[in-house]
Amino acid sequence: MAIFKSSKSVIRDIEEYINKVDQGGLLFKKGIIDFLDGRDESFQNVLHSMAKEEGKADTLRRKIENELYLHSLLPEHRGDVMRLLEKIDDIIDLMKENLYQFDVEDPSIPEEIHDDFKRLAELSVAAVEELLPAVRVYFTDPVAVKERLHRVYFYEKETDKLALEIKRTIFKKLPNLLQSQKIHLRYFTLHIENVSDAAEVVADILSIMAIKRIQ
Amino acid sequence: MILLFLSSGLFLGWSLGANDAANIFGSAVGTKMVKFRTAAIIASIFVILGAVLQGSGAAHTLGKLGQVSALAGSFTVALAAAITVFAMTRYRLPVSTSQAIVGAIIGWNFYTGNETDSASLTKIVSTWIFAPILGGIFAVIIYQVQKKVIERSKIHLIKLDSYLRNGLLVVGAFGAYSLGANNIANVMGVFIEAAPTQDFNFGMFSITGMQQLFLLGAVSIAVGIITYSKKIMSTVGNKLFALSTEAALVVVLAHSLVLFVFSSQWLSDAVQSIGLPAIPLVPVSSSQAIIGAILGIGLLKGGKEIKLDVMGGIALGWVTTPIASGIITFFSLFFMEHVFMLEVQNTETKIELSHNDVINNISSDKNYEVNQINDSE
Repeated sequence: MAIFKSSKSVIRDIEEYINKVDQGGLLFKKGIIDFLDGRDESFQNVLHSMAKEEGKADTLRRKIENELYLHSLLPEHRGDVMRLLEKIDDIIDLMKENLYQFDVEDPSIPEEIHDDFKRLAELSVAAVEELLPAVRVYFTDPVAVKERLHRVYFYEKETDKLALEIKRTIFKKLPNLLQSQKIHLRYFTLHIENVSDAAEVVADILSIMAIKRIQ
Repeated sequence: MILLFLSSGLFLGWSLGANDAANIFGSAVGTKMVKFRTAAIIASIFVILGAVLQGSGAAHTLGKLGQVSALAGSFTVALAAAITVFAMTRYRLPVSTSQAIVGAIIGWNFYTGNETDSASLTKIVSTWIFAPILGGIFAVIIYQVQKKVIERSKIHLIKLDSYLRNGLLVVGAFGAYSLGANNIANVMGVFIEAAPTQDFNFGMFSITGMQQLFLLGAVSIAVGIITYSKKIMSTVGNKLFALSTEAALVVVLAHSLVLFVFSSQWLSDAVQSIGLPAIPLVPVSSSQAIIGAILGIGLLKGGKEIKLDVMGGIALGWVTTPIASGIITFFSLFFMEHVFMLEVQNTETKIELSHNDVINNISSDKNYEVNQINDSE
């Protein structure tokens, strides 16, 4: 009966891990908005919470991996599941790192593109938010994974489009900016865009994993 | 002395345990879903239970094929089958204990001039063809049902994993029981004449002489499982088709059902009671049943991943095993009789026959004389 007990514990940990990443997405969005709106204290609080959530997610991931090995759970899918969890971990790592870059480099973002930046963060995080239910459903109903993943790809594309638009605005419509400032802003656009790209990577992995389970 | 003669049967039992336990627990142990120790204990207990409680049906059919009437003959027949199984296993060739023993019995029949009961032989050979087909049919049905149940229940992958793990143990226990029930005939069938005549009475239940013999054979199978099957289980990759855990469960269950069907007197009686023909109780090859089941699932999935060259090798093994075993028996019997001066067939039977023949001859001679007298009159 030990196997049922450890199974329950791993299921609970996986759920909690996904919740942490979800929480990370919300914090990331809030952090960007706070930064753009100049709410420094709130931004620092978000940064602090983000670091905490990321740390907890890391601990949970390691615990899940240990449990999977220790109790020889999922011998057939273990490699795939662990890779999936690691790639999901990349997303929350990336979001934390991005917020730290905002904090350390303190980019000067012109008012004209504030809304675009906010929208970019929302779209990028939306890709993550659509991904996480698909991850959950992989464990219970692999057939339903595909129909959820198309939303991830949609938001990733939308993020790309908006990021391109922002970069065009920065380089072509804001002549007062220095070239160095433009390049700096381009990097920050790219940082936010990378979050949805990381979600897309996980979606690709998940898609193959679901096919493997259905076969 | 009897134990010495039984040693070849015990060796055959050991080979069977070492090989065929991998059919039951190979996937589970190979993928580390089940610990070898757990698998070996369960397989040993249930193989003994199956042999003692349900082993007589298949042994009866094997006895009809050729009644090996002297202990030295039985020893040689079992030894030849064991050597065939051992040698083919050593060279990693697919082998069936059932086919080896049938080949060996026919070899004995050839050597001693006894007639092979063609009805029994047909029955046995037809099950060699039918058993893998039945295994395939069972596997396809169970696989489809299992798939639907998993899809509809939306059970968490990790919970499913623990259910499958326990399922593999339960199905493995059933598989071991069926293996014992069906294949004990291969190991001890030729020694039935040497079975003790006295029953053991334990108050609540008693063990007949034949069951005592089967118990001994089953213990040798269990020893084979414990001492040598680990290596085979750990390296058993399904060469024919890559199996998922779900499919492994289905394959073992289908295989176990096939073995059960061909060894259950109760089932055979039940089938007969509804007006259908009786199920032949015949020792079938565990490996063939498992291959049939794997093939069934492979075909269900489109058949693209089935390795035809491996299948060809297996099919070749089905033909070569009985032939090789028969030839080894024939020559071994010659050595037994002429070098070791041992009786390989009960001469009492021969004497009885010749005594009868004499009586028949005398009576026919008398009739002839009477006819002659009548003619002359």
